[in-house]
Amino acid sequence: MTTYLLNRLAIAVITLVLASMVVFAVLEIIPGDPARLMLGMNANADQVELLRNQMGLNAPLALRYLHWAGGLLSLDFGRSYTYSVPVIDLVRERVVVSLPLALIALALSTIIAIPVGLFSAGRHGRAGDTIATGAAQLGVAVPNFWFALMLIYLFAVWLRLVPAGGFPGWSAGVWPALKSLVLPAIALALPQAAILARVTRSALIEVLNEDYIRTARAKGLPYRAVLWRHALRNAMIPVLTILGLQFAFLLAGTIIIENVFYLPGLGRLVFQAITQRDLIVVESVVMLLVAAVIAVNLLVDLSYAVVDPRLRSRQ
Amino acid sequence: MKLWKTILTAAGLVVATGTSAFAVRTDLVIGITLEPPHLDPTAGAAAAIDEVLYANVFEGLTRIGPNGEVLPDLAESWTVSDDGKVYTFKLHTGVKFHDGTDFNADDVKFSLDRARADNSVNAQKGLFAAIDTVEVADPGTVKITLKNPQSSFLYNMGWGDAVIVAPETADTNKEKPVGTGPFRFQSWAKGSSITLIKSDTYWGAPVSLDKAEFRIVPDAAAAIPALLSGDVQAFPFFPDPDSVAQVKDDPRFKVVIGATEGETILSINNKKPPFDRLQVRQAISFALDRKAIIDGASAGLGVPIGSHMSPANKAYVDLTGLYPHNVERARELLKEAGLENGFKATLKLPPPPYARLGGEIIASQLRDVGIDLQIVPVEWAQWLDQVFTKKDYDLTIVSHTEPNDIDIYSRKDYYFNYDNPTFDKIIADLNLTSDEAKRMTLLGEAQKILADDAVVGFLYELPKAGVWDAKLEGFWENAPIQANDLTKVKWTE
Repeated sequence: MTTYLLNRLAIAVITLVLASMVVFAVLEIIPGDPARLMLGMNANADQVELLRNQMGLNAPLALRYLHWAGGLLSLDFGRSYTYSVPVIDLVRERVVVSLPLALIALALSTIIAIPVGLFSAGRHGRAGDTIATGAAQLGVAVPNFWFALMLIYLFAVWLRLVPAGGFPGWSAGVWPALKSLVLPAIALALPQAAILARVTRSALIEVLNEDYIRTARAKGLPYRAVLWRHALRNAMIPVLTILGLQFAFLLAGTIIIENVFYLPGLGRLVFQAITQRDLIVVESVVMLLVAAVIAVNLLVDLSYAVVDPRLRSRQ
Repeated sequence: MKLWKTILTAAGLVVATGTSAFAVRTDLVIGITLEPPHLDPTAGAAAAIDEVLYANVFEGLTRIGPNGEVLPDLAESWTVSDDGKVYTFKLHTGVKFHDGTDFNADDVKFSLDRARADNSVNAQKGLFAAIDTVEVADPGTVKITLKNPQSSFLYNMGWGDAVIVAPETADTNKEKPVGTGPFRFQSWAKGSSITLIKSDTYWGAPVSLDKAEFRIVPDAAAAIPALLSGDVQAFPFFPDPDSVAQVKDDPRFKVVIGATEGETILSINNKKPPFDRLQVRQAISFALDRKAIIDGASAGLGVPIGSHMSPANKAYVDLTGLYPHNVERARELLKEAGLENGFKATLKLPPPPYARLGGEIIASQLRDVGIDLQIVPVEWAQWLDQVFTKKDYDLTIVSHTEPNDIDIYSRKDYYFNYDNPTFDKIIADLNLTSDEAKRMTLLGEAQKILADDAVVGFLYELPKAGVWDAKLEGFWENAPIQANDLTKVKWTE
């Protein structure tokens, strides 16, 4: 177990270092000058140069990388060029939106997907399975911004149950804040649930064909007990893998939904920073996300060990 | 008697509660598409900064009015010396900054000196280039001496980049703006909204609104539901002219189409062969069908232009008839230039819909005369880098939204790569001329030269589509500058 953990940790550290180099290099290559963007079309070249110096953009590449990477080690993420505030403050403001949203969407997706997957696998090949699989297919195919707009027209414009978008902040109270996250969470959860349901179904069907399931059935266990206690547990590994990937996606890949609901989330922060060439924000936030993805993957790896005792004893 | 009293009291109560229940609203949520990068109008070119703060939080010596006129602001009045070089501004008294400190002539001197200092990164530093000295005559009087007479000086002082700031707070305005305007800054939830509230210490006519929230709605598709649900009550700059049709016939909303100062043009790299030849540029102008472009790229709302001047401007000369849509004539000109077999070129398109939609239409129109355009979509950062700074382009589409900017064609090293000493001379004369009639003549000549030279393909004046609740009034119809002046905005019921 210890070796397993140490191995995983070493891989995580190497990934982080490599990622930091790639992120930095890519942003160096893309065209665009943050100083020119701030000053617009009426400023002359000297002024742009002056601002570049003030922003520290004229220092040599290697020096800037070391300065930034060194800062990351001491948890100093630098200051935003455009906002001129510490990057960590920007991230903190956005995480309180993105993290709850991702968690609600993930919970919704799991609550929908696991029962549908179980239902579908249990009726493998029959009418109920066909309907559930078809619905899941539809869920994957529907573009989520369109689905989001339909939700807005139904629940915000017509029924006026929730706001059409925006986020009042947690200071406005837990209920108003949650209300503004309901529709985006549903819009995000649906396609994820569809994918998860399909994975659960196929993993279960595979397990249900195993010999030990036949044995369990043969010794007289009721079908339900076999499905829940024996099959589901063994089908969990691919399901957990997908859940891990989905959580990472929901944390930062939700730019389209954030735009439709004008939520101040992490995805929009990165997108805005890219368009404004606020390189330091892009670099630092991407690194934080890389770290988050690695942490989630580590957790998923550890959870494998929980569901599969063989991984615990293996050296 | 007692009964009467009771009835009267009850009636009084009903009236009192009735009126308070129906009291006019004093809060407003305004939708904007782009979030300002920071909140200091003197330190950035982003239009979104002025859209929130201009005239609301910050004020200048002068200001620009709803139709582009120069109005007095912090300066109550002014006199100009006979040689046109010395401006003496008399300032309003009793003006306070939002942090409670007094405004006086020292603040004016500080602000203007700061903007034109060597290390200043004011995005419109050129506005202050003519200033020689700024002197404080007494706390209520400022004397500004120019190096040479400058006819646009009072207009220049009305830009957002020339607003007056206090020395104590100048460095923190990016995060916490402190001005002298009728609204003061309350909060900024980044990525979400910026809230202003009424200033109790305002020197001028008090505003009707108690609270104004600018909410950032980046997606054009979300703007309509935001209005329909009542979450947002006004989009003075509606992001997508096409979807205006969805609320046009809805009695709950007012849709107002106005003019901007945005000349939307097909920019041409004048030094790059074959565009260095007049016939080729003229052929492009003949090949363009402005009507089709306006219909396709601005929902039919744009006004055609024939040179670099807004049709709303006094100096406007109608030159749209110079190059009517004429495919035959375009082909002839290309033949004269020895390009009867056509040629290939690139068309770089920045993100706004006017460019992306217009680009498709223009590419197909130019294909009809044998010019094969490859469309290259770019983001703003790339556009500024490749097209504007490095001039690595053939053709591009962009709207030049700055007011009175015909002088850009005389700027050295500007991205058009256009060089015409006759034109430069006219612009130089114009800067020194204050006689209105003479100015109009010079501006007319300047427009004529640009059209004759077919420097760029002149398309149309960018329209401003504003949508707001029908019970609101006082918004600007036109956009002589990009601002959301809320000083006259109020709810009517």
